[in-house]
Amino acid sequence: MSLFSFFKRNTSAPVARERLQVLLAHERTIVGGGESDLVAILREEIMAVIAKHMAVPQDNVQIKMDRGASVSTLEVDIEIPTDIAASMRPAA
Amino acid sequence: MAKVLVVTSGKGGVGKTTSTAALGAALAQSGKKVAVVDFDVGLRNLDLIMGAERRVVFDLINVIKGDAKLEQALIRDKRIETLSLLPASQTRDKDNLSEEGVERVINGLREKFDWIICDSPAGIERGATLAMRHADVAVVVTNPEVSSIRDSDRIIGLLDSKTEKAEKGEQVEKHLLLTRYDNARAQRGEILKVEDVLEILSIPLLAIIPESTEVLRSSNLGAPVTLGSPNSAPARAYLDAVRKLQGETVVEVQKQRGLFSKLFSRRAA
Repeated sequence: MSLFSFFKRNTSAPVARERLQVLLAHERTIVGGGESDLVAILREEIMAVIAKHMAVPQDNVQIKMDRGASVSTLEVDIEIPTDIAASMRPAA
Repeated sequence: MAKVLVVTSGKGGVGKTTSTAALGAALAQSGKKVAVVDFDVGLRNLDLIMGAERRVVFDLINVIKGDAKLEQALIRDKRIETLSLLPASQTRDKDNLSEEGVERVINGLREKFDWIICDSPAGIERGATLAMRHADVAVVVTNPEVSSIRDSDRIIGLLDSKTEKAEKGEQVEKHLLLTRYDNARAQRGEILKVEDVLEILSIPLLAIIPESTEVLRSSNLGAPVTLGSPNSAPARAYLDAVRKLQGETVVEVQKQRGLFSKLFSRRAA
């Protein structure tokens, strides 16, 4: 990696190019024709599903999106308070 | 028939006003009747670049409000007879630009000129959307730099959706004008290459304006670069651009589309 970065030290243009391609691919879908933001839809629907089954405060749910050139990841992090977790055990 | 051309970019400081002056002067030098119109209400500068700042009496807002006739507000260039300037107002704000007023002014100009060149303000607000509203042709001014390219992409989206032509299901003819380009730095990988910018934005190239001290020199003197320094590299590039704009068939730089642009080709609005 160090050798690679040594040779690539001054060529920042390819990085700029890649960042722009990923960014604009996303922005065109949300801005272009009025199609709504996929992340926003996912966030709302995921929150709704969770609310159906347990009373988790909104602030306890973190949804993160990381867009890559070939793969994007959606990370859902739900912090469940202990009392709710206890009530979720199958009834005896 | 008259053509309305908008010079636009989204981002500020990339060379819209310089390019408006240079393209306008170059078209007029080729014998066409040309009006250059400053849409940057509140921050006018086209008058300064054209060297007409001391001759402004009435402006675009005066004409829209009916305080002055179009003929009274147009300033005839002292060097080229067929070139006129319609300045923006420096004291009023952009709320005075009414959609119907702008349409009236553009229609009035269409009767008198071959080319109407609208110098768009930066941003995507009222001034910018009204400058592109009636365009037949758009020149998207871009620097080989990430924020400029992103903003140009956004502007291209607006040209494809918010213009009169787009609403009629037609297309505004779009051209890329790559300004402040330093070929040596591009070859060294320090700035994006022409090919990169073209692939990302996927609109045809009109011209590459090389980075040059002549551009600032002409601005200092109040002359469009095609007049102030006609043999310089940027002036020659602008003159070439104008030839392409007037040519029957604009030479399209259609390079092989990469996998990326195939996957993410811009959706028709």
